[in-house]
Amino acid sequence: MIIQVENPVVEVHDLTVSYDRKPVLWGIDLTLPAGSLVGVIGPNGAGKSTLIKAMMDLLPAGSGYVRIFDKPIAEVRNRISYVPQRESVDWDFPASVFDVVLMGSYGKLGLFKRPRQADKDAAMEALQKVGMQGFANRQISQLSGGQQQRVFLARALAQNADIYFMDEPFAGVDIATETAIIELLRTMREQGKTVIVVHHDLQSATEYFDWVVLLNMRLVASGPAEQVLTQHLLEQTYGGKLTVLTKVGELLRKQEFPARES
Amino acid sequence: MNEFIEFFSFADANIRFVTVGSVLLATSSAVVGCFTLLRKRALVGDAVAHAVLPGVCLAFMLSGTKNPFILLLGAFVTGWLSLITIDFITSRSRIKEDTAIALVLSVFFGIGILLLTAIQHSGNAAQSGLDKFLFGKAASLVGEDLIAFSMVAVLLLVTTILFYKELAMLCFDKAYAKTIGYPVRGLELLLTTLTVFAVVVGIQAVGVVLMAAMLITPAAAARFWTDKLSLMLVLAALIGAFSGVSGAYVSYTAPAMPTGPWIVLIVSMIAILSFAFAPGKGWVSRLLRQRRNKTLILEENLLKLLYHLGEEKQDFQTSYSLQQILEKRAIPKKQVSAGLSKLRKQGYIEKTPAGWQLTLQGQRRGERVVRLHRLWELYLTQYLQLASDHVHEDAETIEHIITPELEQRLMEELGYPVLDPHSARIP
Amino acid sequence: MNAFWIILTGSLVATCCSLLGCYLILRRMAMVGDAISHAVLPGIVIAFLLTGSRDSVPMLIGAGLLGVLTTFLIEFFHRYARVQADASIGVTFTWLFAIGIILISVYAGQVDLDQDCVLYGEIAYVPLDLWITEEGLSLGPRTVWTLAVVTLLIILYIVLGYKELFLTTFDPAYAAAIGISTSVWYYSLMTAVSITTVASFESVGAILVVAFLVAPAATAYLLTDNFKTMLLLSVLAGILASVAGYYLAVWIDGSIAGAIATVTGIEFMLAFLFSPSRGILIRKKQLQPVQH
Ligand SMILES: Nc1ncnc2c1ncn2[C@@H]1O[C@H](COP(=O)(O)OP(=O)(O)OP(=O)(O)O)[C@@H](O)[C@H]1O
Ligand SMILES: [Mg+2]
Repeated sequence: MIIQVENPVVEVHDLTVSYDRKPVLWGIDLTLPAGSLVGVIGPNGAGKSTLIKAMMDLLPAGSGYVRIFDKPIAEVRNRISYVPQRESVDWDFPASVFDVVLMGSYGKLGLFKRPRQADKDAAMEALQKVGMQGFANRQISQLSGGQQQRVFLARALAQNADIYFMDEPFAGVDIATETAIIELLRTMREQGKTVIVVHHDLQSATEYFDWVVLLNMRLVASGPAEQVLTQHLLEQTYGGKLTVLTKVGELLRKQEFPARES
Repeated sequence: MNEFIEFFSFADANIRFVTVGSVLLATSSAVVGCFTLLRKRALVGDAVAHAVLPGVCLAFMLSGTKNPFILLLGAFVTGWLSLITIDFITSRSRIKEDTAIALVLSVFFGIGILLLTAIQHSGNAAQSGLDKFLFGKAASLVGEDLIAFSMVAVLLLVTTILFYKELAMLCFDKAYAKTIGYPVRGLELLLTTLTVFAVVVGIQAVGVVLMAAMLITPAAAARFWTDKLSLMLVLAALIGAFSGVSGAYVSYTAPAMPTGPWIVLIVSMIAILSFAFAPGKGWVSRLLRQRRNKTLILEENLLKLLYHLGEEKQDFQTSYSLQQILEKRAIPKKQVSAGLSKLRKQGYIEKTPAGWQLTLQGQRRGERVVRLHRLWELYLTQYLQLASDHVHEDAETIEHIITPELEQRLMEELGYPVLDPHSARIP
Repeated sequence: MNAFWIILTGSLVATCCSLLGCYLILRRMAMVGDAISHAVLPGIVIAFLLTGSRDSVPMLIGAGLLGVLTTFLIEFFHRYARVQADASIGVTFTWLFAIGIILISVYAGQVDLDQDCVLYGEIAYVPLDLWITEEGLSLGPRTVWTLAVVTLLIILYIVLGYKELFLTTFDPAYAAAIGISTSVWYYSLMTAVSITTVASFESVGAILVVAFLVAPAATAYLLTDNFKTMLLLSVLAGILASVAGYYLAVWIDGSIAGAIATVTGIEFMLAFLFSPSRGILIRKKQLQPVQH
């Protein structure tokens, strides 16, 4: 069940991504509709983080390509935003909440320029949206997990991008925060932005997302949420890894085989 | 050359002494280094090595003698202290391990330098030779020192052999060691103590500044030749011993040369050569493997191509000219010619007046490649739901790598199929 | 006057080292800093043999390049030969350092460098090597001038690249996603570290410079949660250590650089024990009321 759309915001074509020659994603082919909330769902180690990193060209592709807004990624960097997995940074870093949110403006500012008042206002506004305005001067080491997540979200909002990639924004967040965040994502969708979210909870997936991508080393399904979240497809996704695929991947790594012949 | 013979005839009792000493010193640190390397704590040894300097100086200041046992004791105390400090700083503050190591290393060394220079300026005549701890001087060790340090080295080696099994377990799977009831804390303590001892004796050979190399480098080199711990220990010990002897020799022939750096240079060259040329893991052998893959791909592609041609005609006994082969698939002509002549040598094809023709053996191998290609295409469309026009590229690589077991497995999973996604017959 | 020049030299070394050290420790690259500072030695000796002087621009550049080459080499061993990361650092710098020491011994007659200088520098001799113009005007010690220029460059680098350095240090993945090159800032930082260690080499040697890089930055890291404050505090700690270290060395008649390193260690220990927010003795007091 892989549904392709016309005029996609994201087009992934025959994408294979390997770590150390061993493919963890095989031949992904998908397109995502504009202005939608997209959920990327799959078991641990399925390659969800890998997929969104490869979509942003943070990892080299073994084969295939990705286009966003029908352009190569390098040309649309300033329209992309990213919310990394919370554990990916050191929260002991000497920075305040406001410092981190202000980073959202760095991409547009360019070299040597300092953030202006307008950028600071945008940062403040973003903090307000996630309900953290009272924490602007708080040190990031003194935040709870949910608050850290909201800070990352505010940073992405401050960037005012057109497409957002979020890696597990709901991990370690309580219900109230989760509801607040999803409300926020919905407003963003109303403004015509596209939000791609790596998500773990199947229960809430139907409710949250318009479009769902099921992933486990390969693309199992991609399409409207209600059509994709079926017993049958979920069983395929969570029914364990394909042993043959894993074994072939191991062989490629051991034998130092190229992903493509030439 | 004369010196060489003189040295290696070991006629002089002193030379015998020095050689045995250097070998023991270098071997013991190399063996202990294997364990620290495998525990990913290689750089901690660097900190300990620098940290023994203030211990040596303090021991001298307090005792006023250069008695090796007293200096050894001082070195041992500050070496230990440095390890405890690193652990304490990382566990009790937000300072990360790398910072703690660099901090302890440089500050302890700074204190050592301060004390050493103060001793030197104090005009105490007994102090001369203390600075040999900085870069080592294997050949000028006198009997008494040598006996003391060699005893420790032997003790160290014996302990390692006695606790071999436990230490190995600690390195490979600490959690498991704990569950099966090993005293993990005690073993860690033992390894720490062994590391400090190894440093304390090793500095006789190379000095504090480069001691880290004696722990890390032989182990890192040995790691490239084997996956077995016991063999790795032996190799590391041999590499250490070899460089130790070389160091003693340099010390003997050129007393003005610093011994430590020569030992380190030799051991580093061995390590770098190992990184590059060790069979299996070395960089060059990996490059060669990649090249072999390329050749394999080319050869199998040629066989596949001839098989395809035969398939079209339903006859595998026809010969094809180079021109016909090149028309079928765009491969550089030079590569094709080289591949063809290689295949002929292996007996997969024959040269006929009309061109090239598959032998029976070649036909079978070509058939297998084609079968794997089509099987994989089928697998991709069925299990990965890829469109049938997207699977060809992928199968182009995978067809060369699938083993007979995987082939069997594929056949089972696909239910012994007859046709591939493009409705071509699977041979 | 000598005391002034020596303390000024120490302070300049402390300033540029501490500033860069803040980035190194936050990137968990303190040991890479250690490796670079050791590994520039052969570069210094070769540059010395070629140009015949200690503090020339070619020397800074040549030896600095070797420092960057070291980071490449460490990465090469790690990535292409698959040597374990920490071992790759350990093997690389000890090897290059050993070559440096051997070169010094081989060319002992031609190189005005000795092993002591390598280990702890000759900051005490800094005031002796004056820069005298053709008119015979003395402009003060040469080394001070070199260090001052390097310090200015480092400050300029940090001011101009502040936000990129901050971001790539904190969250490289996000930086890359929004189009800020992480490798440009990584290698430029390594270049800055190399140039700084080369410039500091003469006064504090190759090993003690690590204390300047790491200790003041670590001290500041325990004292504040604001990055700009951390930069400032580390510089202050470094300068303070230079002053106190000088007098300590005079008092016990030992190496000045060794004494400064000792003081940076004492500063760290004080911050570790008594930092208002994170000192382990202080924190215990705060926690006590909660305990039953
Ligand atoms: N840097 C890396 N080097 C080697 N293998 C990696 C690396 N990062 C991830 N992998 C492997 O790639 C696979 C996919 O990882 P990925 O992080 O994309 O999974 P995920 O779906 O995001 O999992 P999770 O739900 O745990 O976040 C895993 O098997 C993982 O072990
Ligand atoms: Mg993930």
